Amino acid sequence: MMASNEAIPADVVQSEADSTPDKDAPGVKTAPLLAPSVVLLLAWMIVPLGMTLWFSFQRYNLLSPNISGFAGFNNYAFLLANGALWNAIFNTILLVGGVLIATLVLGLVCAVLLNQEFAGNSVARLFCILPFFVMPTVSALVWKNLLMHPVNGLFAWISKSLNLPVVDWFTDLPLFSIGIIVAWQWIPFATLVLLTSLQSLDREQVEAARMDGARGWSLFTNITLPHLCRSLTIVAMIETIFLLSIFAEILVTTAGGPGNSSTTLPYLIYKIAMLDWNVGIASAGGVVAIILANIVALFLIRTIAHTLERQ
Amino acid sequence: MTSAKRIVSWPFVLGWGVTFLMALPVLWMTLAAFKTEAQAIATPPVLLFEPTLENFAAVLRRANYPSYFLNSVIIAGGSTLLGIVVGLPAAYAFAFFPGKRTKDILVWMLSTKMMPAVGVLVPIYLLSRTLGLLDSAIALLIINMLINLPIIVWMLFTYFREIPGEIIEAARMDGAKPRHQFFFLLIPLAAPGIASTALLSFILAWNEAFWSINLTSWRAAPLTAFIASFSSPEGLFWAKLSAASLMAIGPIVVFGWLTQRHLVRGLTFGAVK
Amino acid sequence: MKPDTCIKSAVLGAATLFSWQAMAQTQVTIATVNNNDMVVMQELSSKFEEENPDIQLNWVILEENVLRQRLTTDIATGGGQFDILTIGLFETPIWGERDWLVPFENVPADYDLDDVLQSVRDGLSTGGKLYALPFYAESQMTFYRKDLLDAAGETMPDQPTWDDIERIAAAINDPENDVYGICLRGKPGWGENVGQITPVANSYGARWFDMDWEPQLTSPEWKEALGRYVGLLREYGPPGVASNGYNETLALFAGGHCGIWVDATVSAGFLTNPDESKVHDKVGYAHPPVGKYEKGNHYLWSWALAVPTSSKSAEAAQKFIYWATSKEYIKLVAEHSGWASVPPGTRESTYANPNYIEAAPFAQLTFDTIQTADPTDATQEPVPYVGISYVGIPEFQSFGTTVGQEFAAAIAGSKTVEEALQAAQDATRTAMEQAGYIKN
Repeated sequence: MMASNEAIPADVVQSEADSTPDKDAPGVKTAPLLAPSVVLLLAWMIVPLGMTLWFSFQRYNLLSPNISGFAGFNNYAFLLANGALWNAIFNTILLVGGVLIATLVLGLVCAVLLNQEFAGNSVARLFCILPFFVMPTVSALVWKNLLMHPVNGLFAWISKSLNLPVVDWFTDLPLFSIGIIVAWQWIPFATLVLLTSLQSLDREQVEAARMDGARGWSLFTNITLPHLCRSLTIVAMIETIFLLSIFAEILVTTAGGPGNSSTTLPYLIYKIAMLDWNVGIASAGGVVAIILANIVALFLIRTIAHTLERQ
Repeated sequence: MTSAKRIVSWPFVLGWGVTFLMALPVLWMTLAAFKTEAQAIATPPVLLFEPTLENFAAVLRRANYPSYFLNSVIIAGGSTLLGIVVGLPAAYAFAFFPGKRTKDILVWMLSTKMMPAVGVLVPIYLLSRTLGLLDSAIALLIINMLINLPIIVWMLFTYFREIPGEIIEAARMDGAKPRHQFFFLLIPLAAPGIASTALLSFILAWNEAFWSINLTSWRAAPLTAFIASFSSPEGLFWAKLSAASLMAIGPIVVFGWLTQRHLVRGLTFGAVK
Repeated sequence: MKPDTCIKSAVLGAATLFSWQAMAQTQVTIATVNNNDMVVMQELSSKFEEENPDIQLNWVILEENVLRQRLTTDIATGGGQFDILTIGLFETPIWGERDWLVPFENVPADYDLDDVLQSVRDGLSTGGKLYALPFYAESQMTFYRKDLLDAAGETMPDQPTWDDIERIAAAINDPENDVYGICLRGKPGWGENVGQITPVANSYGARWFDMDWEPQLTSPEWKEALGRYVGLLREYGPPGVASNGYNETLALFAGGHCGIWVDATVSAGFLTNPDESKVHDKVGYAHPPVGKYEKGNHYLWSWALAVPTSSKSAEAAQKFIYWATSKEYIKLVAEHSGWASVPPGTRESTYANPNYIEAAPFAQLTFDTIQTADPTDATQEPVPYVGISYVGIPEFQSFGTTVGQEFAAAIAGSKTVEEALQAAQDATRTAMEQAGYIKN
């Protein structure tokens, strides 16, 4: 029973490895099982990453083929000295953090609700996942023009009907509005993973706990949440990776503005890569983004592993 | 026993309430697909109107939907299939035979997704051009598989870990060989997890808009390019875009419905006892 | 899983077979914008394929900005994916200069190149060679609601000044009923808000750079121009204007929420279409407003068709381009969807045609504005660049957008006009240093 509640932390994994005598049970060599994934991803990483690193040290502007040559650390220097970079990093962390919290909490709520028995449960489940099916650009357009627009949008009409002030979403709260759109897209992902996990919660364990007198909230915190720990971690890690690279929604709604308020690191790189066509600096930006993502991932693992260990 | 009172209980109200809120934008978009352009952006919002199929007709007239659809199916389906075939063994190995390096390799796999696509567009484009893979479904299939492989491995790893060790022990005691354990015990037990992973990977590949637009022109262009062609032209387009979007998410909804039935059946480990 | 792979292989096999068959013809891949006129071109292109059975046309249709990026990536890396490019007045001279485009020499006599408007032709040429043929062209005009002006007792002069505009906007502004005095673009972008504000700046005597490529954004002329634009929007503009691009503003006017709008001449077609516009019978037209000077107060833009040098079907491609920009094609569109929908702004013969003038009340104004827009002479002081609403250098796409973000901040009220202009000035100067225009 305990096995299902184990988490990923290295020390646990390691103790298993040490204590399981038949780690390489007859006929099961792990290497060939892992090989395809590892080799493919290695190639996928090395070739583009290698090229990006290479370009980041070159002067390479797509529109000016006559500019070439080794740039040393110039690209990085230009990028790091640029105030826009730090602002973009700050906005990125704000956006990712906010959306992560929103999706984990609301995803959990949705998963728990959908796990209950009620009429039309399976259809409701599909409807809840619908937001994830729509292309991000289309989502952003629908939100911006059909829902959030202060003159034409549905929200404006609802506000006016209720005599509430109309919120000018993208002018006054640009990053927050984008956060809402992205959170809406990703809550279904969290819901789906958490719901799948909930379904594997042993009913007998729940019944036993109920017999012992546990109700509602304490049942939730003592049985359900621990079971979901691993899934929550996975959702957090995967979402972080995706959220660190969103820029389509920003492009379509605010184009980074007003001012710099909704410019994130991916959007900044996009501007450099696709508007300036400065492949050299864009590559340097890419390397910075990778470093940032690795730092965030490391931080995330440390925090989550730390909390899980306490159990 | 199913009186009206039992059906409309708190779970019902809350469940459907939340569902309605989540699905509202998509529902609004669905309505817009059947309105005229003027109605789609009218204030106050138009709720009662005469539905028209004109937008769908205009969309079909302009673009070769079957071609885009087929490309999307090949790319999303193929990359998901390939990803699961490659990723399942790896997840199995990580989950049941973890080593010292397991955690590091898993995190490294995820880190391959940290490269912003925009930054590597030019290198990949040059590579594709050299290999003659521009505007080919194969290139996109491979790229989508590589992009989603870390997610597939991670998720399958999670679901495998949730299978209690006792079941495996019991099977081994009964003399079952690892291969039999894998195919006849683990896969059925992890079926909902595999289904969810497949669905997720399919959706991610289906909606992947950056590579699919930049590496294709007309032969291999999937539905994301189809939708892109209805987005933000000069002039009103929201009704047509809504119609095009419906035509693009329709297939996933069907696929989602099919895979989610596994979840409905549920999985009770109580069966082990 | 096996049956699945079987089916997929069969499908792939069939698809390959189909494409092999198609390869017997000359393949011409056309990349174009998803604007209405291009969509019509795609519909009517089947006629071209009928007349030329040895040519097969393949279409890639994308939104303007995505298209531009896609094409730039392909052409700069020699990808060879496209045979016909739809590009604008901005990139044609730049790409032509880099020998990325095949020049149009030896144009057939019956094409009547002289019929094509001079200003547009000049805008699409560089070094004496013509690198693209225009599909349609546009300038700016002032749109207004006749009924609102009548109710307020105002009339719009045929050549208004920005003072007139302000006075009228104030008179018809009615936010309680969701009617706003004036709507203009505010969304950041070198082709969005910057493209609208720059002509206003020209009209107040401002310029982007002096002859040494020093940015001039903190000049009193720029301050006055931006101050005017921002002031109008903050007093009489709709909420959310800082993220309103062309389409959002069009939707507002068509939905009856705007009293005045200054923007592209092609909007006239949408605004008078009963299927798309609530106010289709109430629209009035006037010349674009003037500040202190008339020069450069309205822009010239054209979408044109060009052939990249990497194309393997250049001859067939040029054949199609001649067809799609010919007088015969214009007649074809007139038969298909009426004279009001023909591609505007390219040929004098279109405007000499009484059918067109009758069907499109805005035609004469469009003709005037296009002819009087000169990208080579748009500012009071001399400048080292071409362009009325843009600076014809490739770097403009990037720093222009950054400047657009600052302008949007001023429109949103989060920065003052001075602060925005200073930030814009700094960003532009850095960009110009980086690009080597300013030697430090």
